[in-house]
Amino acid sequence: MTGPLISVENLTLRFKTDEGLVTAVNDVSFEIAPGEVLGLVGESGSGKSVVAKSLMMLNAENAVYDDDSRITLNVDDRDYDVLSLKRPDEQKIIHGGAISMIFQEPMASFAPAITIGDQMVEQLLIHSEMTRTEAREISVEMLARVGIPEPAQRFGQYAFEFSGGMRQRAMIAMALSTKPKLLIADEPTTALDVTIQAQVIELMKDLVEEFHMSILFITHDLGVIAQTADRVAVMYLGNLVETGTVRQVINSPAHPYTRGLLNSLPKLGDLDAPLTPVPGDIPSPLDRPSGCVFHTRCPEFIGDVCKQKIPATTVDSASHEVACHLATQGEPA
Amino acid sequence: MSDVLIAARDLSVHFPLRGFLLGERPVVRACEGINLEIEKGHFFGLVGESGSGKTTLGRAMLKAAPISHGEVVYSDSEVTYDLGSLKGPELKDYRKRAQLIFQDPYAALSPRMTVRDIIAEPLEVMGLTSSRDETDQRVREIAAKCRLNLEHLRRFPHAFSGGQRQRISIARALVSDPKFIVADESVAALDVSIQADVLNLLNKIQEESGITFLFISHDLSVIAHTCDFVAVMYLGQIVESAPTRKLFAETAHPYTKALLSAIPSLDPDAQSKAQKLEGEIPSPINPPPGCRFNTRCPHARDRCRSEVPEWREMSSGHHVACHFAEEID
Repeated sequence: MTGPLISVENLTLRFKTDEGLVTAVNDVSFEIAPGEVLGLVGESGSGKSVVAKSLMMLNAENAVYDDDSRITLNVDDRDYDVLSLKRPDEQKIIHGGAISMIFQEPMASFAPAITIGDQMVEQLLIHSEMTRTEAREISVEMLARVGIPEPAQRFGQYAFEFSGGMRQRAMIAMALSTKPKLLIADEPTTALDVTIQAQVIELMKDLVEEFHMSILFITHDLGVIAQTADRVAVMYLGNLVETGTVRQVINSPAHPYTRGLLNSLPKLGDLDAPLTPVPGDIPSPLDRPSGCVFHTRCPEFIGDVCKQKIPATTVDSASHEVACHLATQGEPA
Repeated sequence: MSDVLIAARDLSVHFPLRGFLLGERPVVRACEGINLEIEKGHFFGLVGESGSGKTTLGRAMLKAAPISHGEVVYSDSEVTYDLGSLKGPELKDYRKRAQLIFQDPYAALSPRMTVRDIIAEPLEVMGLTSSRDETDQRVREIAAKCRLNLEHLRRFPHAFSGGQRQRISIARALVSDPKFIVADESVAALDVSIQADVLNLLNKIQEESGITFLFISHDLSVIAHTCDFVAVMYLGQIVESAPTRKLFAETAHPYTKALLSAIPSLDPDAQSKAQKLEGEIPSPINPPPGCRFNTRCPHARDRCRSEVPEWREMSSGHHVACHFAEEID
């Protein structure tokens, strides 16, 4: 195994707004190895989509990156400093070249008045030396690969003629046709029914193996994560609170917030288990709590240290990382 | 059973489509031949994929969707209404007794009204209180039940988070003291930690006030945790219904089984038991003949393609519409 495909170091991102600077992402670091699926979990407002967009420099104009934020993409033994890519031709590598993205709402991601096929061909022409005929062939092949029946006919249709599940498949086909090294999937199954979700998850798992690519899988659904990811990173209010393998995080969560998320999930295996919500609401990013950002809602709050001191990230022997004072002060009773 | 609050008998809801000059007008068969009884004080769950007709059924029970065939009868200790012919003052009275909580708490609340006015509006429209003091008193009472304080009542909806907004919607539905509430995907737009909070609140309200709930959701695990009775819908028909525990312990219909196995397990080591459904839900304009599920059912045989399965009772309280429910496992 060589080095990571992409590494994010000390990513801090603020948005300039009328009400002042809003911290959306605070000192986030993680790596994704080639062929690895990293699940990024968090509630709405936790900053998970903003992190994903940073990897492709897709955040709005008013985003301000801190000076020591660094995102390094390693493709074909060459390092790219993502945050320094400013011109459109430099950005081709992160806009579909080595990184592709699929979104939650496929209807909103396709242009409504251009056929699916033309949109697929267009991006292939931008990212490769293919002729139009070759691009067409590859696109139809990809549509067939993701399980769309009669791909040649579907190629000439518009997004509104596809059902929700088919649109998401077409979206995946389009994202993969340029053979990216990293696929960013932002809540790709949230808008789908469970039976269709199961089909799409199955498809994505097959494709990871076939194309040997990495995926950053963003979702709020821990069940989906358990079935897809190799490693999991949990975000809360712009901070990474816990990172580990999927078994570590789900079977022995170390951060009270991760435990809270798991306890509030309805479990089919145990209908008598009470649903325990995480108390309170997620604070406004304009008014971030001091110390540990989770202390205002933490059921395992241990006093002033949580209020005043930002918890350091501790790593155990099995590279299970957690940012919590409890971890440094021993297990709670 | 005498304790039935609301019952649908052979209910169909059809929406004719416009724009065809020649031939027969196509009809969307959103609900077809539904038989459903909800007993007083039950928390009744209705589950199905998008396009299964669960929202339409919920609306028909509130007389908010046209009843094309069959009947819906509501009956509490005071009145009995046949919803098909309900109008005028009786319909107004039914509106007090039956309320709706919507899915999206961001769209359901007027941004220009304070929370107090939002909760008070049903009281004023229905003329349930005689003075402003009485209205305020009632609003405060209900707000407290939904954990909203006096300070909250003065604010506008934009100042609230999703979970708080959903509690405002719940307060508005409760204020007319209804007997029956349809909660249509009321937690689908919420984060899991907030979802648990709202589900607990709904269960508490149900226990304290005895209101009967029809809880519509696409999420079987949410239904399993909150409801004491479940009906599963597919393409406009109910395919299986049973008390919750029975449904999960003795799942009979292949569609219910497929839905259950499609829920991603929290255990990373669990191998998916591959009851995977191929394809997608067909169009309700031209549903497949015979059993409507036959195009996706892994066990479909010739009989399923020609003969509509009967809605029958397998064991006490457990109904299913499948020819081969006993043989399949």
